[in-house]
Amino acid sequence: MIVQELIFYAYAVVLVLAASMVITVRNPVYAVLFLVLTFFSAAAIWMLLEAEFLAIVLVVVYVGAVMVLFLFVVMMLDINLVPLKEGFIRYLPVAILVAIAMAVELLMVLWSKGRFGTDMFPLPAPNPVGHSNTRALGELLYSNYLLPFEVAGVVLLVAIIAAIALTLRKRTGIKIQDPGQQVRTRSEDSVRLVKMKPEKPPGV
Amino acid sequence: MLDTLLYLLWTVIKIMMIVVPLIIAVAFYTYFERKVIGSMQIRVGPSRVGPLGLLQPFADVLKLLLKEIILPANANRFLFVLAPVIVLAPAFAAWAVVPFSDLLVLADVDAGLIYVLALTSLGVYGVIIAGWASNSKYAFLGAMRSAAQTVSYEISMGFALVGVLIMGGTLNLREIVLAQQGGIFDWFWLPLLPLFVIYMISGLAETNRAPFDVAEGESEIVAGFHVEYSGAAFAVFFLAEYANMILISGLTAILFAGGWLSPFESVPVLGDTVLGEGSILWFLAKTVVFMFMFLWYRATFPRYRYDQIMRLGWKVLIPITLVWVMLAAIMVVFGLVVRGS
Repeated sequence: MIVQELIFYAYAVVLVLAASMVITVRNPVYAVLFLVLTFFSAAAIWMLLEAEFLAIVLVVVYVGAVMVLFLFVVMMLDINLVPLKEGFIRYLPVAILVAIAMAVELLMVLWSKGRFGTDMFPLPAPNPVGHSNTRALGELLYSNYLLPFEVAGVVLLVAIIAAIALTLRKRTGIKIQDPGQQVRTRSEDSVRLVKMKPEKPPGV
Repeated sequence: MLDTLLYLLWTVIKIMMIVVPLIIAVAFYTYFERKVIGSMQIRVGPSRVGPLGLLQPFADVLKLLLKEIILPANANRFLFVLAPVIVLAPAFAAWAVVPFSDLLVLADVDAGLIYVLALTSLGVYGVIIAGWASNSKYAFLGAMRSAAQTVSYEISMGFALVGVLIMGGTLNLREIVLAQQGGIFDWFWLPLLPLFVIYMISGLAETNRAPFDVAEGESEIVAGFHVEYSGAAFAVFFLAEYANMILISGLTAILFAGGWLSPFESVPVLGDTVLGEGSILWFLAKTVVFMFMFLWYRATFPRYRYDQIMRLGWKVLIPITLVWVMLAAIMVVFGLVVRGS
């Protein structure tokens, strides 16, 4: 389908451009916004692969929550960029070497005939109408991969508890309200109605 | 090729058939708001432009469009102009999966529920970018408040949706409505009552409406994130806020109040008449009821203090949703609630 290919190339170009902008722009806020664009384009490409659940979850989790917190922190901090850029020239040769090595590896995988090349893998057949990506994922996660899934859940729980334990501190000398106590307050506790005779104005 | 073009054209027409009534609804929602709050405060509300003041929204729109758009000198121009668009786009795009009736839905996708969740969580970017690009203290404070608030209430909103998902057994919004068949006591508001309430509270917080309107907070930070915006750019923020309120109202109707289904479906005599049939009119009526509640809250509650908002979101709403999601699963497993009875 030519339309699908056009959409793929459009999003792929945006993805690569945005990803390279993330590491080249000077302003960290721009970098985070480009990262958001990168995630969004990646989600669109996943959508083309008929992985709609994963695509939308990528947007919900990374774009909707994680990157908002990133932006929050980056905007609050006054980051001085000069020390961050200091080692750039020094490490550049090593970086170029690593980049070339990785590019060569990728090309060897993609262009080698008969082993991993694109000729070895036929195009995946499109899923039949009514196929639910979400249901398929759920069935796999809760049957075949139940143990790894549960272990991952426990690891996350430990991480949550650790994060809370690390940041929780008791501070003395600050005033905190107790909402339960506030709700329980009755007017009788603080207001006393006094019956008294009206005072006579002087000279009557 | 011609087929593809015709298909595209037809889709664009269908999109216009949703967006144009939505914009008109937003215009009259502002009128409705002023009239409702007016009568709650024993005032008349707008009454001068047109009969009963009905043309007031159009006068307002005209005024905003004719005003000058001021770009602050030290603002980041590109992001400053982009921000209102980012707020508006998700507010409209989410309507793509909303089923108006059994057959009236633009895209009947399987992952409709999380699609809606994803899009409602995108709107906050516009607010943050607007606050940052304005290069103003008040706008920035509003943006920070909005970011923290949205991230906090998104969690309880997401858990409320998980409850609906467990009850309905599907992510498809149309099938969620079909799972609620059988009359007003079979809708999900009853078995999911705490989640229903929490969804509405989180909806208020997500749309930055009173009593959670600290992102605007006109008495503390002037107008928050849109303090530097004027004219048409401000109008777009306004449009997005009201479109979001209508969206949340429509989603509440679909997820908890049976969408297009009639409340009298299984009532003996009434259910066999035209009143027992599901139609788009029921959906619209329910949406208007929830839209009215947004205004009712605004006229009733004073603004929350910021630390109390955080306490409510994290320490009250999230624990309740966690417990009720498990209870919902128990109800489904032991057959206490029957889908689509």
